Amino acid sequence: MGLHDRELNTSPHVSDEIRKTTCYMCACRCGINVHLRKGEDGQPKVRYIEGNRDHPVNKGVLCAKGSAGIMQHYSPARLNKPMKRVGERGKGDFEEISWDEALTTATEWLGEIRARDPRKLAFFTGRDQSQSMTGWWAQQFGTPNFAAHGGFCSVNMAAGGIYTFGGAFWEFGSPDWSKSELFMIFGVAEDHDSNPIKLGLAEMKRRGKKVVGVNPVRTGYNAIADEWVGITPGTDGLFILSLIHELFKMGKIDLDYLLRYTNAPYLVIDNPGGKDHGLFARDKDGDILVADRKTSKPVKSTTKKVKPALQGECKYARGKKARPVFELIADKYMSDEYSPENVTEKTGVPVAQIKRLAQEIAEAAFEKEIVLDQPWTDMKGEKHKKMIGRPVSFHAMRGISAHSNGFQTCRALHLLQILVGSIDCPGGFRFKPPYPRPVAAQPKPHGGSVANTPLAGPPLGMPRGPEDLLLQEDGVTPQRIDRAYSWDAPLSAHGMMHMVIPNAHAQDPYQIDVLFMYMANMAWNSSMNSKGVMNMLSDKDKDGNYVIPKIIYADAYNSEMVAYADLVFPDTTYLERHDCISLLDRPICEPDVMADSIRWPVVDPATQGENRDARGFQSVLIELGARLGLPGMTNEDGSAKFKDYADYMANHERKPGVGPLAGWRGKKGDKHGRGEPNPNQVQAYIDNGGFFEAELPKEARYFKHANKHWQDWAVEMGLQDGPVENIFQLYSEPLAKFQLCAEGHMQPIPPETHKQRIRENMDPLPTWYPTFEGDAVSETLYPYNALTQRPAAMYHSWGSQNAWLRQIHGSNPMFVPTAICDAKELQDGDWAIISSHHGSIKVQVKRMEAVNVNTMWTWNAIGKRSGAWSLDPDSPEAKKGFLLNHLIHELLPPKGDGMRWSNSDPITGQAAWFDLKVNIEKAPNQNGPTEPQLPKQKRAKSPPINIEYGKEWTK
Amino acid sequence: MTSLPTETTGKKLGLVIDLDTCVGCHACVVNCKEWNTGGYGAPLADLDAYGAEPVGSWLNRIHTFEVTPEDAPASIVHFPKSCLHCDDAPCVTVCPTGASYKRGEDGIVLVDENMCIGCGLCAWACPYGAREMDPVENVMKKCTLCVDRIYNDNLPKEDQIPACVRTCPAEARHFGDLGDPESDISKLVAERGGMDLMPEMGTKPVNKYLPPRPKTHSHVEPEAPKAKALDAKGFLGWLDKTLEAL
Repeated sequence: MGLHDRELNTSPHVSDEIRKTTCYMCACRCGINVHLRKGEDGQPKVRYIEGNRDHPVNKGVLCAKGSAGIMQHYSPARLNKPMKRVGERGKGDFEEISWDEALTTATEWLGEIRARDPRKLAFFTGRDQSQSMTGWWAQQFGTPNFAAHGGFCSVNMAAGGIYTFGGAFWEFGSPDWSKSELFMIFGVAEDHDSNPIKLGLAEMKRRGKKVVGVNPVRTGYNAIADEWVGITPGTDGLFILSLIHELFKMGKIDLDYLLRYTNAPYLVIDNPGGKDHGLFARDKDGDILVADRKTSKPVKSTTKKVKPALQGECKYARGKKARPVFELIADKYMSDEYSPENVTEKTGVPVAQIKRLAQEIAEAAFEKEIVLDQPWTDMKGEKHKKMIGRPVSFHAMRGISAHSNGFQTCRALHLLQILVGSIDCPGGFRFKPPYPRPVAAQPKPHGGSVANTPLAGPPLGMPRGPEDLLLQEDGVTPQRIDRAYSWDAPLSAHGMMHMVIPNAHAQDPYQIDVLFMYMANMAWNSSMNSKGVMNMLSDKDKDGNYVIPKIIYADAYNSEMVAYADLVFPDTTYLERHDCISLLDRPICEPDVMADSIRWPVVDPATQGENRDARGFQSVLIELGARLGLPGMTNEDGSAKFKDYADYMANHERKPGVGPLAGWRGKKGDKHGRGEPNPNQVQAYIDNGGFFEAELPKEARYFKHANKHWQDWAVEMGLQDGPVENIFQLYSEPLAKFQLCAEGHMQPIPPETHKQRIRENMDPLPTWYPTFEGDAVSETLYPYNALTQRPAAMYHSWGSQNAWLRQIHGSNPMFVPTAICDAKELQDGDWAIISSHHGSIKVQVKRMEAVNVNTMWTWNAIGKRSGAWSLDPDSPEAKKGFLLNHLIHELLPPKGDGMRWSNSDPITGQAAWFDLKVNIEKAPNQNGPTEPQLPKQKRAKSPPINIEYGKEWTK
Repeated sequence: MTSLPTETTGKKLGLVIDLDTCVGCHACVVNCKEWNTGGYGAPLADLDAYGAEPVGSWLNRIHTFEVTPEDAPASIVHFPKSCLHCDDAPCVTVCPTGASYKRGEDGIVLVDENMCIGCGLCAWACPYGAREMDPVENVMKKCTLCVDRIYNDNLPKEDQIPACVRTCPAEARHFGDLGDPESDISKLVAERGGMDLMPEMGTKPVNKYLPPRPKTHSHVEPEAPKAKALDAKGFLGWLDKTLEAL
């Protein structure tokens, strides 16, 4: 054979057009180039999806989910028409109806409620990326019963961070990948922030820097980590506090940083049993005091040039004593309770590893100091010639937050970062705009529902203290159906979606009339106790009426939850819709750029299949708002204010000059951040590849919590209206106030039942306590931990109908440590019964060594209800796949007094998925399928058997 | 039987895969599928796509292995595998029709689907299991190294690389000329000790794998402390001294 003797066209036609939009195959929100090419029917068809190289999030790369978008868009599980239920709830019997009938029905149901008692609407929106709009809609409707999925996802991470330093990981910040010397990653789901983390890990590796993975399971990021900490679930806080113990013992604390940016010198009142014990000492002006180091005399913390003491008692007023926060911290964490020797057994982390990692953190922070020749000015007006960095960075997600001790664990991690001076410095953790945004700059939660009246402010927010709880007049009963902002979970900043259906079913604290949900698969993988929740959704009272009277559900796909709805709104796929990834919401910024983005219909739903009549949910919500006459969505003459969501995106103003999108504002489109609405704004985004970005000035890029240049720029861009003071709260005074309430010294006073747990768990300094389920069940009966990991190639249940992704993860075994398998005589493929205090499941086992010795795990949300998602009822997802959810109850086991607490963090209400304790035995019957098997859901449509995607282009 | 090229340019296009950074995310696997199903030759079909036994053809798959050394904790290695475009490709020489061939100009191994009779001999001959019979069209499918991308003038220059390399979020995949010792990719192989897969088979694969770097084990002791650990009293002394120096 010669060199060129075969004919081959190496420059074939690729696509007719490329349209740039934002991915929605997970929550990462990468930029994508959608290649369109004429299909057999003459309509544009998706030829290929690739990452957008210009996009700030993914910089051109694209993960497996994003690359499988074609199959998601053309999924046979798509809903095409509005539907009303014609059979019993849960069966999946529906009749298609017109949009007019669907909207008229919903308007009748909701209008009646709004005129009578708006609280009777519970509106919860799952994996919503438009919460600034859906939350605003709930506010205009007048119901406090709104939240998205943060309560069962990662509210501990968000609240722990914001209450500590005005930021958090993921959307609010990221490691300084290009300058970090050491990076530690704790419990990170591989489907969150996934492309930026992978790009970051690659950069660390390219630079030859060390990556440490802390996770009970050594898959994914932990597989490539240079060192693995195979921690026991629920003990991360103890491990972190032990690292802090070691740093104190070594004297490796950045005192200059603490004095400049934290409340370390603040005086805390030392008056045990008194009504002010644990509050900050204040003068008669109400200003917080510190002690002058030389004179030991109290002075205002804001006094210029004061050199405050970090230890020593201070008599700040007649007969009143106080101590600096730093002294309390040193006392607490230097105690032997946190020594490596004393935590090694509980955490499963060897003493040598804790000591060595503490040394490595100290070495990276203090011996590899980074100095940037970048002058900047702090908010006190002091000019700095350089930016000094402590190049050690951390990242964490649900692995540390989905525990009943998660809030305190997240606080502990941030305490560690702050003690070594590594928040928003070169090489450390970096804020992403619009953060930092401390509690003081966040809204408060709003309740107080009145007929036909909007709430005074957004339903969700950050309570400053006990005075912001949402309680009824008795000071005890929650205002909200999910019991958020009550004594059950005072700082439940994202609501408690996992408690909505159980509470609505129990009619506790009251009955609701309409449950309205979007994109939340509560009848399956998004609920604890899935089977129980399915029963609650279809349960009837003695008169034969459903206990939850009406359910409206919007989804793009025929999920398990659809079967339980009375009225179904078909949502579009992500390629057919408008969306804005707004700075008012969950932004897509990177540390050096402020950015937001849109989705737009890169294909018209009308061309994307026969009988296809889906509408973007947000457009439907805007029309519903206009039909209901909601303020902000209706003109004075009663007509609709916005044609659709795209119209809202360009023309809605949250306050004068600030709207959902920051780019190309102003009548001519020449203003950014602030500016009057621009009717052509959406087109400007499309012309720029679907996103807007503005680079931060160089002097504003670090120390944003105290950086004047950042503050000025943030005000100019409309991110904030004035300077925001952000003192890092090592000691959290709001928590101390809740403790005083529990002592009976401050109003309101919690009921007897709650006092002890408020006192014990709401420690103003980061602390660790055993997880509640672990503490409540017998160690003999349920000796092992069980948890899920999220596969990188699947996002919750959304990936399940995807013809390509289901070939990668179509079923899930339980990965069980080999030592447990040996003890129980289990081999690969054997069937086993896994049991918890709540129930049991039957699953297949896969032996595994690279896992914490007491922990078994499986992939999340692979298992499906038979018949759901338009899959064959005998699909591996239904017959070999399973959910761990069947073992997890939304309530903890009863206590001696019969009380059953929510299986949640006592501070934020975060669902404690990862506290699960189990046992395992070989199943007596070694045949499948997995159990429980629930009755089949009616399969909506028989999809094509074989796919030859793109055949028309390969001829 | 089919011959290997008698005349070559010395160019050996191929992939270098970094096992130290591959997190096993399957991005390369799926992006390869979506590019190629509408590209070179027959589509990459999926049989019983929404059924009880879905089976599709793929040109690249990730295998996950657990490694259990005696002196270290067990670990996981993610191993992406596609055609290695061997210099001495047994899949080519075994082909009865001449459908399987190796290009003289760049070393890419391809299947001319018009000549393929679907006999499957090449898949048997490949020691790596890197070829898959399409379940619908019954022709042999394999990695083309995106021959319809890397020279494609309809794509921007920076995108004229295989889809798997273009999409990899962990930057674990590299593309270039392994026949040129001065190419970036050859230097990377030299620097990182890149290896052949199963060299004992004598296939002389062009693709190379970079081994995972050594890891720190949990039981490794810390360095001897430079100073005595501080107790409560010592800490106060440290505090005073440090504050004084600020």
